[in-house]
Amino acid sequence: MSEELIRLSDLTVTFEDGETILDHINLYIRNKEFLTLLGPSGCGKTTTLRIIGGFLTPTSGDVFFNGKRINDVPPYERTINTVFQKYALFPHLDVYDNIAFGLRLAKLSEDEVDERVTQMLEIVSLKGFENRNVSSLSGGQQQRVAIARALVNRPQVLLLDEPLGALDLRLRKDMQNELKSIQQQTGITFVYVTHDQEEALSMSDIVVVMDKGKIQQIGTPQDIYNEPKNAFVADFIGESNILDGVMLEDCLVKFFGRKFVCVDKGFEKDEPVDVVIRPEDVDIVPAEEGHLSGTVTSVTFKGVHYDTIVDFKGFKWLIQTTDFYPVGSFIGIRLNPEDIHIMHKSEYSGLYGDYSSYSAEYDEIADAAEDGEDEE
Amino acid sequence: MKHFNRTVTVLVFIFLYIPMIVLGVASFNSGTDIASFKGFTLGQYVNLFRDRSLLALLGNSLIIAVLSTLIATVMGTMAAVGIHNMNGRLRRAVMALTDIPMTNPDIVTGVALALLFAFTGTMLRINSILGFWTLLIAHITFNLPYVILNVMPKLKQMDRDLVEAALDLGCTPFQAFYKVVIHEIMPGILAGALMAFTMSLDDFVISYFVTGSSFITLPVEIYNYTKKPIPPKIYALFTLMFLVILVLMIAMNLLQLRSSKNARHERVQRRARA
Repeated sequence: MSEELIRLSDLTVTFEDGETILDHINLYIRNKEFLTLLGPSGCGKTTTLRIIGGFLTPTSGDVFFNGKRINDVPPYERTINTVFQKYALFPHLDVYDNIAFGLRLAKLSEDEVDERVTQMLEIVSLKGFENRNVSSLSGGQQQRVAIARALVNRPQVLLLDEPLGALDLRLRKDMQNELKSIQQQTGITFVYVTHDQEEALSMSDIVVVMDKGKIQQIGTPQDIYNEPKNAFVADFIGESNILDGVMLEDCLVKFFGRKFVCVDKGFEKDEPVDVVIRPEDVDIVPAEEGHLSGTVTSVTFKGVHYDTIVDFKGFKWLIQTTDFYPVGSFIGIRLNPEDIHIMHKSEYSGLYGDYSSYSAEYDEIADAAEDGEDEE
Repeated sequence: MKHFNRTVTVLVFIFLYIPMIVLGVASFNSGTDIASFKGFTLGQYVNLFRDRSLLALLGNSLIIAVLSTLIATVMGTMAAVGIHNMNGRLRRAVMALTDIPMTNPDIVTGVALALLFAFTGTMLRINSILGFWTLLIAHITFNLPYVILNVMPKLKQMDRDLVEAALDLGCTPFQAFYKVVIHEIMPGILAGALMAFTMSLDDFVISYFVTGSSFITLPVEIYNYTKKPIPPKIYALFTLMFLVILVLMIAMNLLQLRSSKNARHERVQRRARA
């Protein structure tokens, strides 16, 4: 898990009409790593994947594979295979022939083709489906054929473009686990594109958060969640209350007119900052014991917890709590130093992290908008 | 209103098909006078198949139809793929240019081609250039748009990712075409070929201008009969030609029906998955 396999160096993609799709992307991918490109529609994640696959030539910048520049190597000469978003199975071939397609092109003997296809059918649990027409399969089964068709060639890298996007929630969870275990078994480097932050956090070794053609943050899922670099990342990964604050000195921040002890260092004296507080980190206490006190304006039952919206002097916070506080109750909150995360101001400051316009459907609406749009 | 519509529809069909029915009946008439039916006979069909020169002309027509269809289908399919890969504005312009020859009156196309061949003949100092080759070139020319027109929609319907998937799995662009794309657009290619074949087989106007006495097709020869009494065996021949074309057309429609049914089937499935 250490040697570098792919390096993207200063990649830029600009369309003829001057629209910038990728803006100076620098990224390296290590061998046997599960790396996820995460971001909203139009952030450039699919474009990045297509460049690695060889379907798109960057306007400027270089792609290195095992140290060799491969900008001009066509897709069919790269030891990289792709699982397409809409599967792109060949309708005129049955399941077996779809999976055997790449092996036959590589001129393997039919005996070896048979051995590898059979083995692959077992891995993706499609034994007995050999002669089925691909259009007669369910979405989940087609997905498995697409994965088998790519993996059977034993590529060095597997690219997956929102492969679970068309599946229902239950199937998606199952396939997430299955993909992760296939990746660990085979030791093939996975580059995975998704807009689903939960998927990214639960499957990846490394997450690359992208927006507007730029990389916003690269890190392990824990890093990305616990130490978001700016308001965009903090908001895109999970839920966040983001407040304006001033960093008085190392480990001391002021917001809402109060000083709070925190654990962040290395900021300028009196630097204006964004303060992130995760909804699940807030402790609710009686009003008189709290650092801050406010009124509950809305409560939504979410199963494991309640989404409680609390108004603190006009700024509404989302707090996730297992205890029920009815609308109108006056409560206090306490914040521990490690619950407070400080970020430098960025172009995203002030855009996210306020739950004033909260509605119970906020996440469903966001998801629907995601699904409705097509990448590019 | 409903009755009126139905009546009009019936009348239209009568107008369209009565001539063919008359021709068919005439081909079985034992008398020579078309005004009266003297009795049923297959004699005209026997006469037809005894007339070696007429059969030779039919052979010429078939040779030209088959060859021009084959060449136009290959060229037209390649052209359609090329046009499909162009960017939007250029593609629309080229498609408009492709459509024009189809709406152009045959007689204009015929004269234009004849002039071109005469000019080329003079340049090459060939005395009688008009014949088999000029006829073949002319037929390929007017068949091409029909092939392109039938193949283009199939290319548009095709999932673009299929080509990328083929490249991804190791196909060169050429292999991607003959291992994947051609299977996807085959119904369009066949429909285009069938249409080209029927257009070529019954073309008279263009053929008349671009062939010489060295190579005559059936429609051109039959035109000469209109100046003298038409021998009844020609009725038999026309009836047969009509039936062959009818069968081809039905085959073509079934083909299109099947492919659109498949497309609908896929759509339903896709919706069910979503």
